[in-house]
Amino acid sequence: MSVRFAAGVDVGSCTTKAVIVDDEPKIVGSHVMYSGTDFQSASEAAWDKALKDAGIESGDGIPVVSTGYGRKSVPFSSRTVTEISCHGRGCVYFVPGPITVVDIGGQDNKIIKLDAQGRRVSFKMNRKCAAGTGAFLEEMALRLRMPLEQLNGLAESADGEVTLGSYCTVFSATEVLEKIKAGHPVDRIVRGLFHSVVKRILEMDTLTDTVVITGGVIEHNPFLAELIRQYTQCPVQIPPHPQITGALGAALYALDGGSKDSSK
Amino acid sequence: MSEKDKPARKSIAATSQMKKLMADHFLSLDAARKEGNPKIAWCTSVGPAELLQSMGFLVYYPENHGALLGATRMATDCIPLANAIGYSPDICSYLTADVGAYLKKETPLTKAYGIESIPKADVLVYNTNQCRDVQDWFSFYAREWNVPIVGVHTHRSVRAVQDHHIADLAAQIKAMIPVLEQVSGNKFDIDRLRETVGLSLECTQLWRQVLATGAAVPAPLTFFDATIHMAPAVVLRGLPEAVEYYKALLAELNERIANKIPAVEGERHRLYWDGMPVWGKLRDLSEQFTSLQTNVVASTYCNSWIFEAFDPKDPFESMARAYTELFIVRDESYKEAYMDQWIKRFSVDGAIFHDAKTCPNNSNNRYGLPQRMTDRLGIPTLVINGDLNDLRCYSEEQTRTNIEAFVEQLDQMN
Repeated sequence: MSVRFAAGVDVGSCTTKAVIVDDEPKIVGSHVMYSGTDFQSASEAAWDKALKDAGIESGDGIPVVSTGYGRKSVPFSSRTVTEISCHGRGCVYFVPGPITVVDIGGQDNKIIKLDAQGRRVSFKMNRKCAAGTGAFLEEMALRLRMPLEQLNGLAESADGEVTLGSYCTVFSATEVLEKIKAGHPVDRIVRGLFHSVVKRILEMDTLTDTVVITGGVIEHNPFLAELIRQYTQCPVQIPPHPQITGALGAALYALDGGSKDSSK
Repeated sequence: MSEKDKPARKSIAATSQMKKLMADHFLSLDAARKEGNPKIAWCTSVGPAELLQSMGFLVYYPENHGALLGATRMATDCIPLANAIGYSPDICSYLTADVGAYLKKETPLTKAYGIESIPKADVLVYNTNQCRDVQDWFSFYAREWNVPIVGVHTHRSVRAVQDHHIADLAAQIKAMIPVLEQVSGNKFDIDRLRETVGLSLECTQLWRQVLATGAAVPAPLTFFDATIHMAPAVVLRGLPEAVEYYKALLAELNERIANKIPAVEGERHRLYWDGMPVWGKLRDLSEQFTSLQTNVVASTYCNSWIFEAFDPKDPFESMARAYTELFIVRDESYKEAYMDQWIKRFSVDGAIFHDAKTCPNNSNNRYGLPQRMTDRLGIPTLVINGDLNDLRCYSEEQTRTNIEAFVEQLDQMN
């Protein structure tokens, strides 16, 4: 009996993720790469690499749902579904509802609430400003002249915290420079930056039930989950590979079937 | 997707008649500007226009001009000029767009009607029932042109409209008469005022009936139609041509209902819109909702020109009442009850709240109202961030994704 496959491609503002599932459904292949400026090329490259990862020779006939900021730029997808629906669906795959999904993305954050049946009850995206998103941490790493990958370790090992007050990424950068000039240790400043991300999330909505955190930011900065845990009484979980949850959700939608979307 | 394949809501035949009415309106104002006669009064859109018309003024509505600046996407280029002379980017972007356009010596009336400039006011008349910004807006022009400015200061956050509110407002309206007589050169005539108030009443009753057609399933018009077709109710109420126009529009919409012709083909979801339109994105948003087979069937905003308290027998008190009973003047509990009523009557599946950065008085999401609405009525709500005119405050992709995700949620619920 032949195995049926389905795939999801999540074209985010920073990274493009592709996931292939079988009909169990189980993840059989995936790939994550930078989106760059050409979303179509990125989606095609991520798709090819995910196929290779799954050991599938040809993607012909495999239904694909695209999602994310660049969801309309995936020529081989059969339909599009928003990342809000896809992150919800991908999280319920790992953690049954009711859950609150906190997705910390490159340029936007989402809080998605799902009921016991996994149906969406509400969702919120961050307002116009990108404060509290991955872009905020990227900008701060640049100001601190340190690789982005070092931030999590510094925040975790800091023995204290420097409080940063500003909403705004640009003003926060100025604040960081002032703190450095005042002689504060860098690790405490980084802990303050992580707290700033968490505060922006907590301002968006209440966190209820089990909190499931997804997105590339949590994948590379898991200490943020620890800080969220400190602020809320809710259990906090991170799916095994939180950066690909949206693409996984898209793949699960593709497995459901659906016709070609003419609005693309 | 090619232009011809883009989903379009069904067009309304009466639109051509409305365009002619609006052209005549602006061309008469332009003729009066050039000839100095009749005198021109600027008036806030929910201000005491009936008094001005009865005294022989041609009435010009700067808010209408503000909306035109937004709809033509000129506003975002004009606003910075007003910001630069001290008008904050956080205040009303009708004000900043209009003042900026004045400083730039530009107007959308040039392209639309070949009119060189906006009509200079002989007198400026405001009503603060919407906000204080209108007074500041008109004050700019009063200083600029050294012309008289008079106004009415409405009570705010009113729960139940009381006799003392009406007595105060009616007295304020009457107190403007000496200035208006002096500027117009005409004596106040109570019979002419009664006649004008009667026409306004007829206009507003017809406008309510037009909006009420949205309760039909499928709805024969959309919020996006209503934002355009409300123009005569805003700028021509009190005049017989507005009454004639709405009779024609209503007949067309009733015919659609009889024949079950939808404004949005395959209508699957019905939404309520609270807050201002995003004028520069009307078309984009309309197309998105149409492609999602979702119709915005009712709104707080378009209802703002329903003034059913007008009574020709009691013109001053009824004007005072009409302009105080408005949604925007009322307290939160009144607003909630009002929205509930429209949502139930129009069989609405969900509500969208536009949080307009520069218009706090028309952004009703800021004190927890959407959450309470969801708890009370069990319908989902969505807040989108944007602005009426300042597109610097609007994120295209975020808004599109939010709307699309909201409709996915409605799909999931059905």
